[in-house]
Order: sequence, then structure tokens, then C-alpha cells
Amino acid sequence: MALNDEQIERYSRHILLKEIGAKGQKKLLNAKVLIIGAGGLGCPVGLYLAAAGVGTIGVADADTVDLSNLQRQIAHSTADIGKPKVQSLKESMEAINSDVTVNTYEKFIDSSNIRALIRDYDFIVDGTDNFATKFLINDACVMEKKPFSHAGILRFQGQLMTYIPGQGPCYRCVFKDMPPKDAIPTCRQAGVIGAMAGVIGSLQAMETVKFITGTGKLLVGELLTYDGINQSFRKIKLPPCDGKCAICGEHPSITELKDYEQPACELKL
Amino acid sequence: MFITVSGEKKEVKDGLRLEELIEQENVQTPQYVTVSLNDEFIETQDRDKIVLKDGDTVEFLYFMGGGAWL
Ligand SMILES: [Zn+2]
Repeated sequence: MALNDEQIERYSRHILLKEIGAKGQKKLLNAKVLIIGAGGLGCPVGLYLAAAGVGTIGVADADTVDLSNLQRQIAHSTADIGKPKVQSLKESMEAINSDVTVNTYEKFIDSSNIRALIRDYDFIVDGTDNFATKFLINDACVMEKKPFSHAGILRFQGQLMTYIPGQGPCYRCVFKDMPPKDAIPTCRQAGVIGAMAGVIGSLQAMETVKFITGTGKLLVGELLTYDGINQSFRKIKLPPCDGKCAICGEHPSITELKDYEQPACELKL
Repeated sequence: MFITVSGEKKEVKDGLRLEELIEQENVQTPQYVTVSLNDEFIETQDRDKIVLKDGDTVEFLYFMGGGAWL
């Protein structure tokens, strides 16, 4: 497949990069990426990947757009309130680039549907806001041997890491397990600075484009943290899997996915 | 002695145990924080046994979700 004239112009700033070029752009156009969560992180990831010409992008989220989302979920606008987030994000992505196919999954991702869903994609982006789904995405990706980008944001802090099967530690190597539901007396809804979602989501889009085009070094075996208060980035080295991880270790104790219960955190204003 | 905590070099008393450092640093909900010492993860139950040495590097890795924390 050759790039047409419009594509050559649209993607010219990629094609000019020796690390990407026309070859890399074709890889992007042929790639399939699934974004789980169409919120703070999923919005910038979706917009940048659509702009980059990632040919097929799946977006999964069961929520509808709420007024309190608009402070940070930049693909949704005031007129979208009440609309499914996947629909709103799809419209924003297609407005940027009709070259891409956006598949929407307006449903909760759980242990019964995640494996079949991720199987169709080359790279998964975790844009969720809860620990239960983060563990589920990790475990499903390890089982299906799918690479994924993990990220979390909170207040003025954000972090991300990338899992590539067989190349480095998984999320569970670092964070072991969901704390038991009744052991979380301190769970609170906390604020987050809107631009934090943009910073970290853009970094996830960067990892995705690099993975697809085989460019540079990914955040494998490293957790990149960003502190917005001090404007500082740090990379924390993660030890390689010691073989004892419950999911990616040599004798995994987790052989079936399960749904964790996410504690409902109260909102105190 | 000097150790590096979350990227910052600081002076601490000789013989400081990892558990004491976690208290000193006011780590929130320490039971849910992953601690690495010289690029190795430390089991939660071992924190009290480990005596830090000059030049050690300690990192705290936090659970982080969108808008909620443990
Ligand atoms: Zn693991």
C-alpha cells in the first residue's frame, strides 16, 4: 500500500523524521490500538493516535460525559454532556482524521470480555482510573502476551510504565495485589490537575507510536514519574521479574482472571 | 551517613532501619507502597529487619489511579 498525496501531506512531519519516515507511517496506518477508558488519559491518547494516523483504534468505556469531566477530559465538550464517552471521543478523533477507523465498546470491561477484546489489537493503553481494572488489564495482557502502557494520575503527580511480554516486569511485579476491600479506610476521591492528564496521556501516546514504529527505547523496566509541583521527571528503575510474580512468573498462581471490587471512594468538597 | 531517597541525597543517622525511614519520610498508607532498595523490591515484612547503609538508594512506588488513592 502506497501513501496517497493527501496522506503524504497530512503525515509529512512524521515522514520527515528519519526514525519514522514513510515506512513508519505505513506501520501506523496498519496498526490496531485499544484504549481502555475514554477519560482524562484516554482523551489525549485517542486524539494523538488519531492525528498520527493509527489505522484502527478501539475505545472502551461504559460511562457518559459528566460536567465534572470537562476540566481534564479534553475530547469531550459541554454539548457532549450525557453522551456516551466512547461516542464523544470517536467524534473528536474522526473530526481530526477520517483516515482512522474508531471501534467503540460502550461497556464495562471485566474478566468475561477483556481477553477476547484485546486479542484483536497490537497494543493496549490503560487509561482507566481504578485499581481493579488496572490489575485486570495487566493480567489479561500477560495472559494474551499483549504489550500495554500503564499510567496513573493523581493531584499533581503522574506515572507510567510499559509492559512488553518477556522483556520486563509487569504491573503486578511492582504492585503485587489489590488491597482487600475492607482494608482501605483511607480511600478518598482526590483532585487532579487537568493538564496532568494531558502530560501523561501524551506520554502514553508517545510510547504507543514508538512501539508501533520500533523507535527508540520504551519504558520497560522503568517507571517514569512526573511531579507537576516541582516540574520534575524521574525514572525509577524496576527490577526484572524475579520469577515469583503471581501472573508473569514461572509458575503463575493466577490462572484465571477475576474481577476485583473497586472500593467506592467518597467525594469531599 | 548519606543515602538517596526518591532521588534526593540526605543525611540520616547510622543504623537507621528501612521501617524507620518510611516513618520519617511520612509515607502515606505505607502498607500499600512498594519500596525498592538499591533497585531491588523489599518485601513488606522485611522492612523492619533491614538496616540501611551509607550510599543506599531508596525509592517509594505509589499506587496511582485517576482521582482516587489508597
Ligand atoms: Zn509480573
